[in-house]
Amino acid sequence: MSEHMIRVLVAKPGLDGHDRGAKVVARALRDAGMEVIYTGLRQTPEMIAEAALQEDVDVVGLSILSGAHMALAPRIMELLKANGQDQVKVFIGGIIPDEDMPRLKAMGITGIYGPGASTEEIVKEIREAMKS
Amino acid sequence: MSLTQQVLKGNRLALSRLLTLVENNSPEGRAALAELFSHTGKAHLIGVTGSPGTGKSSLVNQLVLQYRKMDQKKVAVIAVDPSSPFTGGAVLGDRVRMRDLSGDDGVFIRSMASRGSVGGIAQTTAALAQVFDAAGYEIVIIETVGAGQSEVEIARLAHTTLVVEAPGLGDDIQAIKAGILEIADVLVINKADRPGVEHTERALRSSLELARPVSRVYHHGQAMTVKAHKPPPNTWIPPINKTIATDGSGIAKVIESIAKHMQYLRTSGEWNARERARLRSETEALVRDTLMTQFLEGLPEGAFESALERVFSHSLSPIEAAQFLAQTERPQTPRATKEQP
Repeated sequence: MSEHMIRVLVAKPGLDGHDRGAKVVARALRDAGMEVIYTGLRQTPEMIAEAALQEDVDVVGLSILSGAHMALAPRIMELLKANGQDQVKVFIGGIIPDEDMPRLKAMGITGIYGPGASTEEIVKEIREAMKS
Repeated sequence: MSLTQQVLKGNRLALSRLLTLVENNSPEGRAALAELFSHTGKAHLIGVTGSPGTGKSSLVNQLVLQYRKMDQKKVAVIAVDPSSPFTGGAVLGDRVRMRDLSGDDGVFIRSMASRGSVGGIAQTTAALAQVFDAAGYEIVIIETVGAGQSEVEIARLAHTTLVVEAPGLGDDIQAIKAGILEIADVLVINKADRPGVEHTERALRSSLELARPVSRVYHHGQAMTVKAHKPPPNTWIPPINKTIATDGSGIAKVIESIAKHMQYLRTSGEWNARERARLRSETEALVRDTLMTQFLEGLPEGAFESALERVFSHSLSPIEAAQFLAQTERPQTPRATKEQP
């Protein structure tokens, strides 16, 4: 089997302990035939970038419900770049106010999902991002 | 600089990318493996297996912490979790228990999905271990999927196999069944703060003693002396270590047991025997793959599929189909070049 499996790191940076969303997404991606590396709660940006490097993932999915996304996301993007992983697509799910979305997009976040987003949509957009 | 050269120089991103190529069994990956092979053979491969939920990942976490504390050896972890038989997807969750290891450049953790293999490790796990070996990781710990009774592939790959048990998982009949306990070089009873740990230990110990006669047996609680059979010199008797992986108790003893086993492997010649057996089966498997590819390429167009169809319709048995294909008139040259005069 030499086809490339889509590998996704699902991580929860920061201090909030609500991991149900991350688990729902992890499960949905698994059911879509992707390999999901789940890192668990309370990850620092450094831990996430290190895991992304060691696992050679195509996608990093961040679940942030604490409101700290404008601090955490840029740091993670910076570290991924510093490690030479510019090609990794980053998706964020959580509670993201509308006014932050353009700024997150501008720093290179591929997709942003709020409450009620469908997992089919997430799967579809990850697949599309892999083609580009 | 080529990817393999970067890996040998210690570039972690290059290493990670190469692991992917090798895991996907791509032509570049295979070429790199061939190139790296002369740099392998130095690492101590330690397998960690056992039922789901016995605490394998937590134990690995502690083992690595301890190894890193003891000396500066680089440690790699390959953590295998199952792929879905339906979608091929997987959730690889072993890293959750290994968060203590982050931030240490001497540690590299790679999660791996089993991708359809049923032996407890993936088809390319051995190849990944070789890449780590070549990259200078002196200790490579391979954690299998949560294994039941027959996921024993790890014993063929690892030099030292740890079988992890936990209290309350089975009686003494489980302990004498063939399979996973047989492959243990070191037995670990994790969660040793749980009730029933004495029972588990007794079951394992008596299972070991059934295989190797001892000088004293207990009968109705009384010690009876029986004529002892001395085990032949240089016999390895798997030690039983009790641990609590969440707080690190007992880990030093496990490390000691692993070191002793290593010593035993070296002095008894078993290390060489295992290496030879492993490389032999690897070479055989590759020869099989190569011959299969050559054989299929050499068959007339569609011969394999039409034989398969007859098998599907039950008009030909698989055995007959294989014999028929083996005797099929083959074009003199492979299909790719048959246009040539």
